[in-house]
Amino acid sequence: MSDRNPNAAISDFATQELAIQDVTIQNLAGHDLAIEMEGVSKRYPHFALQNISLNLPHGSIMGFIGPNGAGKSTTIRILMGLVHQDQGEVRVLGRRMPAEQVEAKREIGFVSEDMRLYGSATLAWHMELIRSIFPSWNQVYADHLCARFDLKRQQKIKGLSHGQRVKAALLLVLARRPRLLILDEPTTGLDPVARREVLDELMEVLTDSSRTILFSSHNTLDVEQISDQITFIDRGRIIDSADKESYLDRWRRLRLEIPPGVVTPALPGIVEVGGSGRFSVLTINRFDPAMPALCQDAGATVQSVDRMTLEEIFISNVHSRRERQAV
Amino acid sequence: MHSGIYISQSDARPMYLQIMEQIKQRVAVGDWPRGQEIPSIRQLAVELRVSVITVKRAYLELERESVIVTQHGKGSTVAADPDLSPRLYDRELAEHIDQGVRLAELLGLTQDELVVRVRERWRQASFAGSARPDKQEQDKQEEELV
Repeated sequence: MSDRNPNAAISDFATQELAIQDVTIQNLAGHDLAIEMEGVSKRYPHFALQNISLNLPHGSIMGFIGPNGAGKSTTIRILMGLVHQDQGEVRVLGRRMPAEQVEAKREIGFVSEDMRLYGSATLAWHMELIRSIFPSWNQVYADHLCARFDLKRQQKIKGLSHGQRVKAALLLVLARRPRLLILDEPTTGLDPVARREVLDELMEVLTDSSRTILFSSHNTLDVEQISDQITFIDRGRIIDSADKESYLDRWRRLRLEIPPGVVTPALPGIVEVGGSGRFSVLTINRFDPAMPALCQDAGATVQSVDRMTLEEIFISNVHSRRERQAV
Repeated sequence: MHSGIYISQSDARPMYLQIMEQIKQRVAVGDWPRGQEIPSIRQLAVELRVSVITVKRAYLELERESVIVTQHGKGSTVAADPDLSPRLYDRELAEHIDQGVRLAELLGLTQDELVVRVRERWRQASFAGSARPDKQEQDKQEEELV
């Protein structure tokens, strides 16, 4: 031990310090959650967010999906303390919202569509502004992002295209290295190359297992590809919130040929029944590998058992719910 | 280390299966030798631009099939004795046969007709050099040589 480099002892000490800090952070957060919402409601004249409960662990990425007007942005605004809930508990990075929003926002990076940059100022001016406010600003990373996103610092914001503006806003947030990123539709309106660049940088953020991302999107392909957790919202209510793998695994489409007189067994979790005549298509959200055999045993022929993309699940989920509500 | 694994968006199979298959191929041909450390779940997720949970699932299933070994806090390595070739392709073969049987039923073929079709394909494939001639034929050829 005596021949150990004194620096090693110092770095050991630093690690211990960090470990202690980690524990405090986790205690603050309760139990390893970056976002906690419990029974949150908000009522507007023509729309109500009802009983929203949501958990997001540190180090993971959640895709937040739902049709237009489902309540995605309202939920995100409540998380940011921009809208105050009528009811329910909200904790972001262990801070109660909206009461402790000032402390929380130091560590949150937020980008939304209606975020305004100063049109007559350059990107360089904005970078300087953010750098002067946030001590966590990382200039090397900011330079890297500038190159990756193909942005010119001397260009004025008003001369930027929509895609460039989105990338500029993301750059200003990412270079602060916030522990939590909350992104409202970050890939909407981007061309395929820009979308790819943005997704690449988001994945890069997750190299650090203590950082967390929540992003809303209409693009189910993006959500399916990069998110660990999926949360589905429709008409102000959360329909599903689960880890992506088990969620996709639960959904199947069964194509059956049912001879006259044969009755298929009552399977649990049938969301939709389609097809015509002898041919029937069952959409199931609680699939079990034993189901095809049950159908065969009842006298039906199973023509195929297909997995579904998130897009197909999304549409089926929303459709079937609307139909049931209409009845 | 760059894994060289590639995820295809137009591939109908789920992403975790694509990852599993490509890792098995690397292990089977020895690109990833026994006992070698493989990328951590997070590293591979970031490299492939897919979620951590997807890679985690692929690793869990590979571990269940004894292709890799994961030690807590130490990461994953290729198993010391990954009994690959038979087990690796067995399940895949079963899936393809199931699909063949299903299509044969759709076409109204009998069992025997399907078997004849399989033999035909086998013969064509062995002409093209991609499949072994079957055992009987091989014996016959060897007898002729003797």
